[in-house]
Amino acid sequence: MSQFNFSRRGLLKGGAALGAGLAMPTIFTSKARAAYLNEPTGDTVTLGFNVPQTGPYADEGLDELRAFQLAVEHLNGEGDGGMISTFSSQELKGEGILGKKVAYVSGDTQTKSDAARASAKSMIEKDGVLMISGGSSSGVAVAVQSLCQEAGIIFMAGLTHSNDTTGKDKKANGFRHFFNAYMSAAALAPVLKNNYGADRKVYHLTADYTWGWTQQESMQAATEAIGWETVNNVLTPLATTDFSSYIAPVLNSGADVLMLNHYGGNMVNSLTQSVQFGLRDKQVNGKNFEIVVPLYSELMAKGAGEAVKGVFGSSNWSWTLQDEGTKAFVKSFGTKYGFPPSQAAQTCYAQTLLYADAAARAGTFNPCGIAEALEGFEFDGLGNGPTLYRADDHQCFKDVMVVQGKQEPENEYDALEIVEVTPRAQVEYAPDHPMFAGGELGKCNSGA
Amino acid sequence: MDAILIQILNGLDKGSAYALIALGLTLIFGTLGVVNFAHGALFMVGAFCAVTLQRLLNISSVSIDETKKDFLGNPLKVETPYVENWFGDTVGSAIIDWSVPLAILFAIPIMLLIGYVMERGLIRHFYKRPHADQILVTFGLAIVLQEIVKAMYGANPIPTPAPDAFVGSLDFGVLVGLDPDSVIYPYWRLIYFLFSAVVIAAVFSFLRFTTFGMVVRAGMADRETVGLLGIDIDKRFTLMFGVAAAVAGLAGVMYAPINSPNYHMGMDFLVLSFVVVVVGGMGSLPGAVIAGFMLGILESFASMNEVKSIIPGIDQIIIYLVAIIILLTRPRGLMGRKGVMEE
Repeated sequence: MSQFNFSRRGLLKGGAALGAGLAMPTIFTSKARAAYLNEPTGDTVTLGFNVPQTGPYADEGLDELRAFQLAVEHLNGEGDGGMISTFSSQELKGEGILGKKVAYVSGDTQTKSDAARASAKSMIEKDGVLMISGGSSSGVAVAVQSLCQEAGIIFMAGLTHSNDTTGKDKKANGFRHFFNAYMSAAALAPVLKNNYGADRKVYHLTADYTWGWTQQESMQAATEAIGWETVNNVLTPLATTDFSSYIAPVLNSGADVLMLNHYGGNMVNSLTQSVQFGLRDKQVNGKNFEIVVPLYSELMAKGAGEAVKGVFGSSNWSWTLQDEGTKAFVKSFGTKYGFPPSQAAQTCYAQTLLYADAAARAGTFNPCGIAEALEGFEFDGLGNGPTLYRADDHQCFKDVMVVQGKQEPENEYDALEIVEVTPRAQVEYAPDHPMFAGGELGKCNSGA
Repeated sequence: MDAILIQILNGLDKGSAYALIALGLTLIFGTLGVVNFAHGALFMVGAFCAVTLQRLLNISSVSIDETKKDFLGNPLKVETPYVENWFGDTVGSAIIDWSVPLAILFAIPIMLLIGYVMERGLIRHFYKRPHADQILVTFGLAIVLQEIVKAMYGANPIPTPAPDAFVGSLDFGVLVGLDPDSVIYPYWRLIYFLFSAVVIAAVFSFLRFTTFGMVVRAGMADRETVGLLGIDIDKRFTLMFGVAAAVAGLAGVMYAPINSPNYHMGMDFLVLSFVVVVVGGMGSLPGAVIAGFMLGILESFASMNEVKSIIPGIDQIIIYLVAIIILLTRPRGLMGRKGVMEE
């Protein structure tokens, strides 16, 4: 008969050891013998698409998911192939990736960082994904990118526009195809000067989180550089739905431009309410009062309806572009789903193809091999003209659209028109630019 | 002066929504003793009644225009609303334009029915259960309603404009002798305030001047005694649940042009409305209305830049701060009945 002798000290030691073992994430304990984390051994490779399927950005997330599904079909040789045929790199043949059929799992970020991390962690540990993509909030992107770095997984960011994603929070395992707040400001400022002059007073309303802060900082710097004066910057909580109390002070502030550093439902409400309060009918300082929305999306423009008419903003991509890649993607997506893709869909589709192509060129799914293949990679044919994945910060550089709410839309998908395609050179910046300073890219983590 | 006036108007406007939702909550609590956490969802359903009517009126016949192309380069499908086919372009488009005010007529029977079904189908089974159970079940119901709306209408806000005649703003400052352009206020927000005043007056008149209302008030004061007189008070209370649902629904219908309806708008208002009810006094109808307007105005003033520069973040906590002060000094709320919410 066995005997167990417990001492208090022994019990404490044992408990501490057991607790430490349980507390250690399995992603750090289950990979000892692999060359890299989740190295695929069968005939499929699994990708993780982590998008907001519930919450205020769900429509955008669902459009991203449609694009991911389309990309997987095309990678597996189904459908019409979409942008694979227009992509300048001709490594992808519709035979999966490196001969393995592409499978995917999807998760719901709920547009919350903690939920997004939990979902991503589950994909890595339980589903064995090699890459995670998706998003629709910079807060979520920064959180998931950090997790992927710790785990040893590639993160191909979806819609995230904060400078911080490839600035102070950049990571060696994270890559962003979408543009950022600095680029929006650099593209918009000259257009604003041409249309509204160099003598303007601007009042900012800003969403109170990482994206809003960097968006406002970028717009303030760019508009002050063209001679505009900043009257005030008021931070608005993300949960705000009624902006009337914030808009009322604008009326008597002396400002003649209102800059809405808002996104999603916040922007829909703040813009429509600004118009309701007669801001666009006002004359201040002898000039017509103007509203600017630095970051537009088609879904937001649709939500704001009539209020977007004539309002300038910027966009990463538009389905109305006439390059071959865009035309192929719009045809593919439009035929499958019955409506044109959003910029969120395009960036997620492009990111999936870019990951697959990098793996094909590297000849491995090892995250460090893929990272090396993406760093400094120049490509074309995915919708925005020639594009560079800069090695220093993993930020894509390409042309930026300046768009304006269309006065006479022909249909519900026709809310925005491109007024200028700003060349890539005009929106580029040095990797050590003050707005992107701090933080380290660090070294690639393969999870081995 | 102009800055103060505009914040008063803003406060009345916010207060209108708070007061209407709190009025319905109080009606339900006062009659049935139920803490209805699904009441915000009823406000949201009301807003989606406006969306639904707008969509129904826009149901269209489709014809192909070979001369134009759609986004894929195929011949364009041209949609013409049946309403315009039936009533002509001018009258038809005017009917569509007035879809929000027309939705009031559409929403009343729907909300009465939803209220009736909710009360008979679910809530009556929880009358004798603790408030915690009522909160759980009504909160669950709110989430179910929210998810149904999201599945049907999507997660993005849906623009639901006011009639063209009410788009734009009134130079309110001129009306009160201030400089032109000093106080500009949107027409529809003024209409929302007037509308809420009419609804509140109608509910109070109904309870005050009709026999039905008098019996309900008597039942609210002493349910058992009214029952002993041979009056089926339960049936009347069920109807009052429907009336409360209709009040929340109407508040939502008219709110649709102010904030584009979305599936979580009910939750945005629910907690604040409960605070309003508690501050006004659980069970007190005038208390709910007065507290609604009072807290709306306070919140509006707290959001002024001048105030926030002195106490940052005060706009986010002012309502809760006032609620704490009032409940500490007067546990029954401003006009609450003795014995409710106090030892």
